[in-house]
Amino acid sequence: MTKANTYVGSSMPRVEDQRLLTGKGEFIDDVQLPGMLNAAVFRSSMAHAIVRRIDTSEARALPGVVAVLSAADLPRPIPRIPIRIAPIEGAERFLQPVIAEGCVRYVGEPLAIVLAESQELAEDALDRIEVDFEPLDPVSGIGDARRNATLLHPEAGTNLVADYQVTRGDPAMADDAALYRRTESFRIQRHTAVPMETRGLVAQWDAGQGRLTVRGAAKVPFFIRNHLARMLGLAQEMVELIELDVGGGFGVRGEFYPEDFLVPFASRAVGRPVKWIEDRREHFMATAHSREMECSLEIACTSEGRIIALRGEIAADLGAYVSPTGPIVPSRAAQFLAGPYHVPVLDLHVVAALSSRTPVGSYRGPGRFEAAFFRERLMDMAARDLGIAPDEFRRMNLIAASDLPYSIGQLVPYEGPASYDTGDYRAVFDRCLEDFGWAERRKLDGREVAGRLHGLGLACVIDSSGAGPGEHACLYLQQDGNVRVHVGSSALGQGIETTFTQIVADELGLHPERIRICHGSTSLLDEGHGSFHSRSLIMGGNAIVVAARALRDAIRNAAAARFGCTGDEIRLQDGRACKAEGQSTAFADLAPLEGRGSFGGAEKPFGYGTHVAHVAVDVGTGHVEIVDYLAVEDAGRIVNPAIVRGQKIGAIVQGLGGALLEHLVYDDEAQLRTASLADYMLPTAADFPQLDAVTLALAPTPRNPLGVKGAGEDAIAGPGAAVANAVAAALSRYGVEPKELPLDPPRIWALLAAAAARACR
Amino acid sequence: MADPRLVNLTVNGRMVAVSVEPRRSLADCLRHDLRLTGTHIGCEHGICGACTVLVDGAAVRACLMLAVQVEGRAIATVEGLAGAAALGPLQESFRRHHALQCGFCTPGILMSAHALLSAEPKADRARVIEVLSGHLCRCTGYLPIVEAILDAREAYLCGAAEPAGKGK
Ligand code: FES
Ligand code: FES
Repeated sequence: MTKANTYVGSSMPRVEDQRLLTGKGEFIDDVQLPGMLNAAVFRSSMAHAIVRRIDTSEARALPGVVAVLSAADLPRPIPRIPIRIAPIEGAERFLQPVIAEGCVRYVGEPLAIVLAESQELAEDALDRIEVDFEPLDPVSGIGDARRNATLLHPEAGTNLVADYQVTRGDPAMADDAALYRRTESFRIQRHTAVPMETRGLVAQWDAGQGRLTVRGAAKVPFFIRNHLARMLGLAQEMVELIELDVGGGFGVRGEFYPEDFLVPFASRAVGRPVKWIEDRREHFMATAHSREMECSLEIACTSEGRIIALRGEIAADLGAYVSPTGPIVPSRAAQFLAGPYHVPVLDLHVVAALSSRTPVGSYRGPGRFEAAFFRERLMDMAARDLGIAPDEFRRMNLIAASDLPYSIGQLVPYEGPASYDTGDYRAVFDRCLEDFGWAERRKLDGREVAGRLHGLGLACVIDSSGAGPGEHACLYLQQDGNVRVHVGSSALGQGIETTFTQIVADELGLHPERIRICHGSTSLLDEGHGSFHSRSLIMGGNAIVVAARALRDAIRNAAAARFGCTGDEIRLQDGRACKAEGQSTAFADLAPLEGRGSFGGAEKPFGYGTHVAHVAVDVGTGHVEIVDYLAVEDAGRIVNPAIVRGQKIGAIVQGLGGALLEHLVYDDEAQLRTASLADYMLPTAADFPQLDAVTLALAPTPRNPLGVKGAGEDAIAGPGAAVANAVAAALSRYGVEPKELPLDPPRIWALLAAAAARACR
Repeated sequence: MADPRLVNLTVNGRMVAVSVEPRRSLADCLRHDLRLTGTHIGCEHGICGACTVLVDGAAVRACLMLAVQVEGRAIATVEGLAGAAALGPLQESFRRHHALQCGFCTPGILMSAHALLSAEPKADRARVIEVLSGHLCRCTGYLPIVEAILDAREAYLCGAAEPAGKGK
């Protein structure tokens, strides 16, 4: 028997798994259409150059090559890739053309696309394309960009995309001469999401119907559909984007990239289906990078350790163009710099600059990972200066439960003021420390055990979730008694088919096997806004709740009419509508019925938590081992605990990769030196075998009917900060203070060498 | 482009003959010529392990092997792992432990784990982690995968799981 609320809150096995475990999933490269051509993209080998001439004649002459398209073959003006979120004023001066025209600005920028009868032939043809480049000086990083000596977009007259100030509180308060203050500079390395499936598309132009179908969409299919239709001069309903199984997204997949135009355009140009699959080397240069940022920050506190102010500057490298999500990275770093703490005065200068590198976009927890590292490192230094224990310092400054909701002011230029919603930051903090055995373990801080130095580090994080426009859902009760759910959310591996099924099952009293979640196409609904910023459950899930309640009422009313009673007297159970005295009818007998619903919360919920890391540092090799790691977080309400735990553990390991391993390295010529999985170090099973994540349903948010907060992103914010603090604690005898990531062996050696040099002076 | 060659092999117990260019990788051959698309390609340079299949029972990266090298050999892919059941014991365990998210890395990991447990049904946690560290998964953080593999040992110990890919 199905009782109400049987499924929500249970770790129901995922409905996605059967197909994925048996090799029957359908990923983009699995698609095979009759007459399909393969595409390969010819990319710039130069970081910054004038393109004098591009000669494709030899490539075209190769047997099996059907076409080679470059800028000359595209309509004028060449379409530019639109900004999707974080519309910073002036950013539209730096949009990327869908194909390079006259000038290239990063290694990997598309210059031509080859269409051939096989993938191998397409790649053979790439070798026969000749380009005459006139090299220009590259802009190597933030410092270079800010000098404006070389301009990437001369018509704009600057390399700066954003240059603004955000403030809250009374700055005079921070100038009190009696306050303790310390200023430090920090840096986060360029790294990125690296989903295991690279990007790919299959475009199919139907000349008879004048209709375009594009498979391989993800994240925001409707946004891509709308802009692609505009660029191709097609009506929106003549363009369908279809989502298949997706091998991970983490923010980078599914945004508008040059290929999202080039592949459909090519299919229409030659009148045949075209498949393009990014290879791993391409992925490293063509898919968005993230995180590269510098921060100079001052903390001011009372002598007892109460934080009065954080003031300083954040400067981010956005790469060669403003991507659809680029400015989100620095702007969120500024917004979340104060984290879950009561900081009366904030005064931050935000700079976003362009360099000759791959464009930067959102990667899971954009700006949060960075902000937590800057803040939590500086807090530890301040606590040490003031002789206050790091846990005491945090406990004293965390926003009290009684101060929630807590207004954080307007800290991003393109949004109004925001406020933190519900929670008990200190309770979660204490729980984490207690579960971890902080007090006992802390005795190891700075101690040598079996030749390695041990240390503990803390970080408290907070993250908004569920941004953007509302979501829509439509539930159809079919003649067979099953319910089909159409929703505008997108699947990226996070298990939304399962989570949504659980919600519907409880709302309708229906067995999960009778529910099918359909989210794969822009033709299912008029509008949809996809999955980003941990919004699937918040927006899509709540839209489904509203729609399911509408369908429930429709079922009740239909049954009531049949039994001659009122809808209130009808209960839904096991796929039947039941009247009190034993009369009942199967849903199937009442079909077809439907329920529609939308949800769009004006205010976002904020998930939060505490992370603690215990490390052991080998001073000889520079290796940092994570001896243990724990995160305790509050998600408000949990639909599927195993899925949430999976998100948290996965996010922590990704964050540990950013803390210790991952780095997209460029040389002085702005050539990417880490374009393979042999050079770019992703965490493996052997790297971080000991960690845990506890997710509580402590304080449901009033900001949506389900009471949920995002679960996918916030856990990535903690590891950089917690690990760096733990390393500082371990190496405290040397006075080592990590201010840059990743903490890989060369950096640990450099820190120790610098400490030794200081000691000799 | 060189002339195609005919290669005879056994895939999941079935004999097949396939005509391939000498430069065709085993992964591409399985996926595109034989349409066994459960074997995935994540890097084509031997690091991610997504393409892992069994060749005569041994776990092999199909992106690093040429199709012409498997003449006369027995290949097992994820499509054959369940046999006649809906899911084999290892797959069941993955489902129980939520050991997959996007599922892209999963077929390769299943094949490696199957080879491991077929040979060493008593593999301990350290050994499981050692073998698993030859694969990349960006979603799960690996912990649930380790649990799933450890929990599947029982079935291999009592012989409930068939060793795959030895030809039949
Ligand atoms: S695709 Fe073969 S190891 Fe990555
Ligand atoms: S489940 Fe997505 S890469 Fe492993």
